[in-house]
Amino acid sequence: MESQLPAEFIVNIDHERCRRCKRCVINCSFSAIEFKDKVTINNRQCVACHRCATFCPESAITITQNPLDYKDGYNWSPEIRKNILKQAESGGIILTGMGNPKPYPIYWDHMLIDACQVTNPSIDPLREPMELRTYLGAKPESLEFEGDINNISLKTELAPQVKLDIPVVFAAMSYGAISLNAHKALAMAAKRMGTLMNTGEGGLHEDLAGYTDRIIVQVASGRFGVTSKYLNNSALVEIKIGQGAKPGIGGHLPGEKVGEDISKTRMIPVGTDALSPAPHHDIYSIEDLSQLIYAIKETTDYKKPVSVKIAAVHNVAAIASGIVRAGADIVMIDGFRGGTGAAPMIIRDHVGIPIELALAAVDDRLRQEGIRNRASILVGGSIRQSADVVKAIALGADACVIGTASLIAMGCRVCQKCYTGNCAWGIATQKPELVRRLNPEVGADRLCNLLTAWGHEIQEVLGSLGINAIESLRGSRERLRGVGLSQETLDILGIKHAGIGQ
Amino acid sequence: MKSDGIPSGCAISGLMSEDGRRIGGKVIIQSIACMHDRSNGLGGGFAAYGIYPKRKDMYAFHMMFDNMQAKENTEEFFKDHFNVDKDEAIPTQRQNGVSNPPILWRYFLEVPENKLEFLSERDYVTKTVMKIHSEIDGAFVASSGMNMGAFKGVGYPEDIGSFYKLEDYNAYIWTSHGRFPTNTPGWWGGAHPFTLLDWSVVHNGEISSYGINKRYLEMFGYKLELRTDTEVIAYMFDLLVRKHKLPIEKAVEALAAPFWKDIDRMEPQKKKMAIALRHVYGSTLLNGPFSIIIGHSRGMIGLNDRIKLRPMTAARKDDMLYMASEESAIREIAPDLDEVWSPRAGTPVFGILKAEVE
Repeated sequence: MESQLPAEFIVNIDHERCRRCKRCVINCSFSAIEFKDKVTINNRQCVACHRCATFCPESAITITQNPLDYKDGYNWSPEIRKNILKQAESGGIILTGMGNPKPYPIYWDHMLIDACQVTNPSIDPLREPMELRTYLGAKPESLEFEGDINNISLKTELAPQVKLDIPVVFAAMSYGAISLNAHKALAMAAKRMGTLMNTGEGGLHEDLAGYTDRIIVQVASGRFGVTSKYLNNSALVEIKIGQGAKPGIGGHLPGEKVGEDISKTRMIPVGTDALSPAPHHDIYSIEDLSQLIYAIKETTDYKKPVSVKIAAVHNVAAIASGIVRAGADIVMIDGFRGGTGAAPMIIRDHVGIPIELALAAVDDRLRQEGIRNRASILVGGSIRQSADVVKAIALGADACVIGTASLIAMGCRVCQKCYTGNCAWGIATQKPELVRRLNPEVGADRLCNLLTAWGHEIQEVLGSLGINAIESLRGSRERLRGVGLSQETLDILGIKHAGIGQ
Repeated sequence: MKSDGIPSGCAISGLMSEDGRRIGGKVIIQSIACMHDRSNGLGGGFAAYGIYPKRKDMYAFHMMFDNMQAKENTEEFFKDHFNVDKDEAIPTQRQNGVSNPPILWRYFLEVPENKLEFLSERDYVTKTVMKIHSEIDGAFVASSGMNMGAFKGVGYPEDIGSFYKLEDYNAYIWTSHGRFPTNTPGWWGGAHPFTLLDWSVVHNGEISSYGINKRYLEMFGYKLELRTDTEVIAYMFDLLVRKHKLPIEKAVEALAAPFWKDIDRMEPQKKKMAIALRHVYGSTLLNGPFSIIIGHSRGMIGLNDRIKLRPMTAARKDDMLYMASEESAIREIAPDLDEVWSPRAGTPVFGILKAEVE
């Protein structure tokens, strides 16, 4: 069927400046640029990944949205019309990548942070210690000591804890969804920065063996690459129940991506589709989850914290409470704007709830039940900047996870075409010629720079708040104020409106 | 009451006889008066330990009532919850600079056996205090400990001391506070010390971590109705020392925890304890500028924040331990001292009662 879909972008070549070096042709992995005596463009193929424009030595390339206007219609937006055309031509579910791009409210941008003036002094992070160190893991409600004060010792045995030098962790992205070079960059950066990376559900490639103390290994419904060695070679183990971008939906890595290396890592035959079922087929209720948590704890000799990752859905608070009571040391909540390598658009754009509200509800619920100490809370699902981290921690998170932000740091332009495997930046692809484009060392440097910058920014905010340890921010909602939020939203977030003092 | 003013300047002073000798209230008034300029007349108060030897096994409730209705309601409540051994007006005298006091009344209470089926006596009293604050309009518990009491109000501390005729009381620990809030509270309950059972706190500074300290305490059933940051300190000691049974040194270490850089250099056993304390009690860390003096029936503790953003001097003379915002306030009452020092940031000073007191 001939496609009626118009091009999304127009690529403009300044032929006067173009010196016909063909670098753009070589760099375009979406077949949008060809060379026929001069650079010629197939606009329909362009995804605005900026690879050509970035590498053009003459800055002769610009990319614009196709200005092809539709007849006005608020209800029938161009996007909706285009999606109907696509489905009329394909008969299929519309696939997409990255996080929800729809203009739902972003509550981070409706929260403002307090600062000290006069009565309590702010602290200069360049002169005074400013502590970001965070430990993930279950904490007891209280401690017991023995002996007299001159020979005192700790009686309480603590559950295993994982140290973070900065409360920002790289999100779960599987080898398969992203390239080995991207995984290497994340692992190197995690090690250097004293934080963690997460294998996602695709197993652990043997090249990452030297980084295992900084790696979260995931156990998802497909159980790819899960062995006792895999579980023990880790900082902590995460059971993936759901993902913010596609709650209630499984995963599907097409067979074409399953080459020799991925086949080995995932422990499946070359060329077969890697299917993650929607539910874990051994978890149909909370008691089943508890069994899996303890099976993993037994396998790891109770030396690794076990995390359970869920998507933020309506009843997230009660679910999280159940997870903590089932024995999880960490609850990871992924908001509805969280990224994905591939998901049905209908799910990504319409299912789940915002992480800000989910986090507030979960932290409240665990406190009401007196079990907040029993588990750390990790949150993700569109943490875009250090300010989001500060606000998340003030709402009650122990640390944040970043997926999309870390990919952007490595070069991603959020073109949302991860599912095609054509990523021009060598990130969401398995094609050797594209993977090669991402130098793991350079990627790691860029990731370290990002975290270093965020670390400094978080320290500045702590200083302006007059506190010098991250735990004095954690859950301190008094230091947040809402702007332009309804009373109900304020109540859920547990914050006051700006203009109200203490 | 924090909503009405954030303490900024403030003066604190405390003294204790570790031998348990009782000292008249005149001395502490003299000490705090020396720091007159650190307060602005909007709040002053005292805590005194060992003042009710005849009824030392009863809970002495110092009450403030806005009106007779509140008093009647509270008395009704006391009748249902306690055996009231004695009640009387707290003696006061006219004093320039002190006006519009609430009704000040004290009650000596015993907990009936049958109330303690499911909880300890002290938990019961704690719950009662929370209940009065949240349920009885216009009633405020100034103190609720045994053999101790808080005397506080709106005015300069020396005037408040004279108003309450503190020269008539003898105590082995005295703490005091002069307040400098940034706007008018006009509320007697908002003056320091803040108390719960026999814990009392006088505080110079502001707790910038109040938000999480409060939410943490609420998890354990404390109701923070007074909206003051100082209140959390008293409750924190109650939780950590009385309920969680931490040694008092460890409780203090949780509230003003050592920095990670220092913990990293500790010897293994000490390090293990320090890390565990920060793991479990991170939410109790008091962050922001403060110097505080905590009183309890067995001693007195002085503590500064982790980077010492508020002043505190300590001194010893024979069996006496002194602590104050300024050295002058100590020299004023004890010119000749054995030892004077400025405690380091986050390093507590302990006064420990060595003898039994009646």
